Amino acid sequence: MPNKKEKILVGLAGQQNSGKSTAFNMLTGANQHIANYPGVTVDKKSGSYKHEGVQVETVDLPGTYSLTSFSLEERVARDFLIKEKPDVIINVIDASSLKRSLYFTFQVLEIGFPVAIALNMMDVASRNGTQIDIRRLQHRLGVDVIPTVGCRGKGKKELRDAILATATRKEGKPLRITYEDLEPEINQLEEMLLMTHLADTHPTRWLSVKLVEGDNEAEKVVVEELGTASIELEKARTIRHNFEQDHFMPVADYMVGCRDKLASSIVESCVKETKTGKANISEKIDALVLNRFAAPIILIATVFIIYQLSIVKGYDLTQYWWPFLAKFRALVAGVLPAPGMLEDPHIRSMSLWMLDSANALLNYIPIFLILFALIAILEDSGYMARIAFILDRMFFAFGLHGQSTLPFILGGVFAGGCAVPGVMATKGIPDERSRLATILTVPYMNCLAKIPFYTLLVNVFFVEYKSWVMLFLSTITIFIALLVARLLTATILKTKETAPFVMELPNYHPPTFFGVGQRAIERTWQYIKKVGTIVVAVSVCVFTLLQFPGIDNQRKEYYETEINKAVVIFQHKIQTSSYAEQFQDETAILDMINLYTVYKAAKLNIRTAKASKKLDANYMKKYAGDFIFLKPKRDKDARIINKAIRGLASKRKALRRQIKEEQIKTSVLGTIGRSLEPVTQWAGFDWKINVAILSSFAARESSVATIGALYQQGADDNKSLEQRISSEISQNQLTPLHALAVMVFFALYPPCLATTIMIKVQTGSYKWMAFSVFFPTALGFIVASAIYSGGKALHLTGIQMMGIFYIFVVALTIVTGFSKSFRKSHTANSNVLEPN
Amino acid sequence: MPKQERRKKCRMLGDCTPGQQATIRCHHAVGAIRQRLLDLGFVPGAKIDMVRSAPLGDPVQCKVSGYNVTLRRSEANLIELENE
Repeated sequence: MPNKKEKILVGLAGQQNSGKSTAFNMLTGANQHIANYPGVTVDKKSGSYKHEGVQVETVDLPGTYSLTSFSLEERVARDFLIKEKPDVIINVIDASSLKRSLYFTFQVLEIGFPVAIALNMMDVASRNGTQIDIRRLQHRLGVDVIPTVGCRGKGKKELRDAILATATRKEGKPLRITYEDLEPEINQLEEMLLMTHLADTHPTRWLSVKLVEGDNEAEKVVVEELGTASIELEKARTIRHNFEQDHFMPVADYMVGCRDKLASSIVESCVKETKTGKANISEKIDALVLNRFAAPIILIATVFIIYQLSIVKGYDLTQYWWPFLAKFRALVAGVLPAPGMLEDPHIRSMSLWMLDSANALLNYIPIFLILFALIAILEDSGYMARIAFILDRMFFAFGLHGQSTLPFILGGVFAGGCAVPGVMATKGIPDERSRLATILTVPYMNCLAKIPFYTLLVNVFFVEYKSWVMLFLSTITIFIALLVARLLTATILKTKETAPFVMELPNYHPPTFFGVGQRAIERTWQYIKKVGTIVVAVSVCVFTLLQFPGIDNQRKEYYETEINKAVVIFQHKIQTSSYAEQFQDETAILDMINLYTVYKAAKLNIRTAKASKKLDANYMKKYAGDFIFLKPKRDKDARIINKAIRGLASKRKALRRQIKEEQIKTSVLGTIGRSLEPVTQWAGFDWKINVAILSSFAARESSVATIGALYQQGADDNKSLEQRISSEISQNQLTPLHALAVMVFFALYPPCLATTIMIKVQTGSYKWMAFSVFFPTALGFIVASAIYSGGKALHLTGIQMMGIFYIFVVALTIVTGFSKSFRKSHTANSNVLEPN
Repeated sequence: MPKQERRKKCRMLGDCTPGQQATIRCHHAVGAIRQRLLDLGFVPGAKIDMVRSAPLGDPVQCKVSGYNVTLRRSEANLIELENE
């Protein structure tokens, strides 16, 4: 009886798209990513379960094609295997592409760990007519082979049994990969290595094979442990040299050939194809989807459907979702200390400010759920890899990568997205230069939070050109992002590592409801966490900067006397009413006014007559005595009160707005905004715009709120923000040209704080984070200044300037895209071995 | 023989047109690209079917031992083919 361990460590290794993540979920039941898009699993994920009294700790290794050390994922997987020495390695294999998977299996076997194989996607293989003789495969490889269908949980128990069996098995004869003519030399070198202390820490056969092959990482290990002049290194070099003299081919090629021969012989003996000659379904679909003429149409249609379903339909859904958020706000507002006549307690205004900032973002939840679900469908079905294939040439011309597509779509290519998941999705891009360029340009996409600001300005300044301006804004950002990517990759990113675009086009796969739902919820949850933490925290800072130091006592006294006057007028007005004695002291008046304001606000949120009646009934029940003043109907005396309250409430509102504006003007942020005016005048920004821009760094949503607080002169209840700004136009001579400059600046504006933090996470450097803030600010300001000052000098209108700017940017993009110099420098950089 | 001329004489994977089949002789790439190509089945002696090129002409799609792989022409031109 083998001694049973109480706890074992299992590493799950395999190639990308082998269904490793599904197998991991099946084993541990953990909540985790499943995708069809190469490179989604980059992080180390672990879970554990108990089987027959043994605690099994399972680690999901990054999906890699091999265990060499060329990419980060490979290094991560290899380091885990060598350093943590798991008790068992489960090699997950895609049954429908057995031969290629065997290359990886050989590498794992060569390191010499106890291996069990999960032969996954058996269903796909048998549907394609591939029959695999499991027993013979088991015999050839000398390890347990368990057929599984990960997404349906088939083979779970068998796999768990096999893990325990493999962990405790002593004898076992796993397949040994032999290298024919090289065997004597490899054995000699292994014997030499056995004499060194490396034998205690590293599998010697593997080390010997790798040294002969000339593997950098293996050489590094030997150099570190035995020094540069070790005889073992010298021996490996001699072996290579002699072999190449005799065989006229590189050793590495020969060894690859040996492995390939072995894999072919195994596949030949174990696999029977019953449906040869027939094109499989994936190929039939590809014949249409990747057709030269149909491909662009299908791609555009797909993006259009995503846009329609997520942004348009999702926006409709927010109308049903918003009342819940509004109700929650009302609930919180009810619990907080009541508002004062002119100034509210700080705890109240601060809490509501935080809540409003959060609500503005949470409002988008339906949009994100739909968007992320659709993107998960694209990924799982395998179409995302095709998008990369179709668009790579275009992206490549600007220093980006086919796989930049997903981050750009998430970031909001057309209108609406979020840079946070967009930047996160760059993880999958293997090319470091393109990846950085993508990270730094995703924030130029139109995130959902920029839309309300655009809408506001467009409705004020460009009413008759509405759809043109929106089209301008949603496409200009793509062109600018491409240009910036090209600029960055040709300059500061020039020396960054590049990687080849060599990517598998996985077979099409019907996405599972579970997998799609899980990922949509996961990504939305990440978004909510952003709201819950960063945005709320920063909103407090912005609140503080907008509030303090506050207005001085002299002004305060002035406002006090003003409101007192209004109260006196109120009391004078209601004298004739029989209810007058109810409103003798100030607290009663304040309570009544607050009740009136809350009631009016609640009424505003209501759309149907039925709901309105229900609200009235509620209020009647709750505030039986006072409801008559809210809805006086035929009671003449109550009507007097109602009218007086309305007057007082409106006077109070106006005074509060004045206070707020004065407060912002003298606040820290207001002071900064005003001190920037001499510079920003070139772009046509006054201090109010400056403040809005500064405050929107926390989260873009707040810019509309800040603008709303600033543009309120002479506002009474019935005027919308649009109208208020319109009235400002005549006073301050704001023109469409101003608006254009502001909108373009806003389009190029640095990413919000949450995004910059994600940039820090994904680039691992504060340098890039700082760059992502300063570069767009400078660029945006230069472009906005050029538009405003240029337009002013040439006496152009906003819409004329917009057209000129658009033509200029599009022309520049086309010229840049077709220029050859960059492509040359790119290929020169790749590793080319000149035959000699 | 000068390097440039020698290279021109070889038939490279990037020169294949859709529908053609070819056998790999050797790789001119080293390091990461070479490893990646080997991992995906572009081993010397393997038969490659050129399936199609992307709508913009680059990258190309190849079929190798039963599955589809896409690679840029610049990478395909590092794969030397047997003369047939």
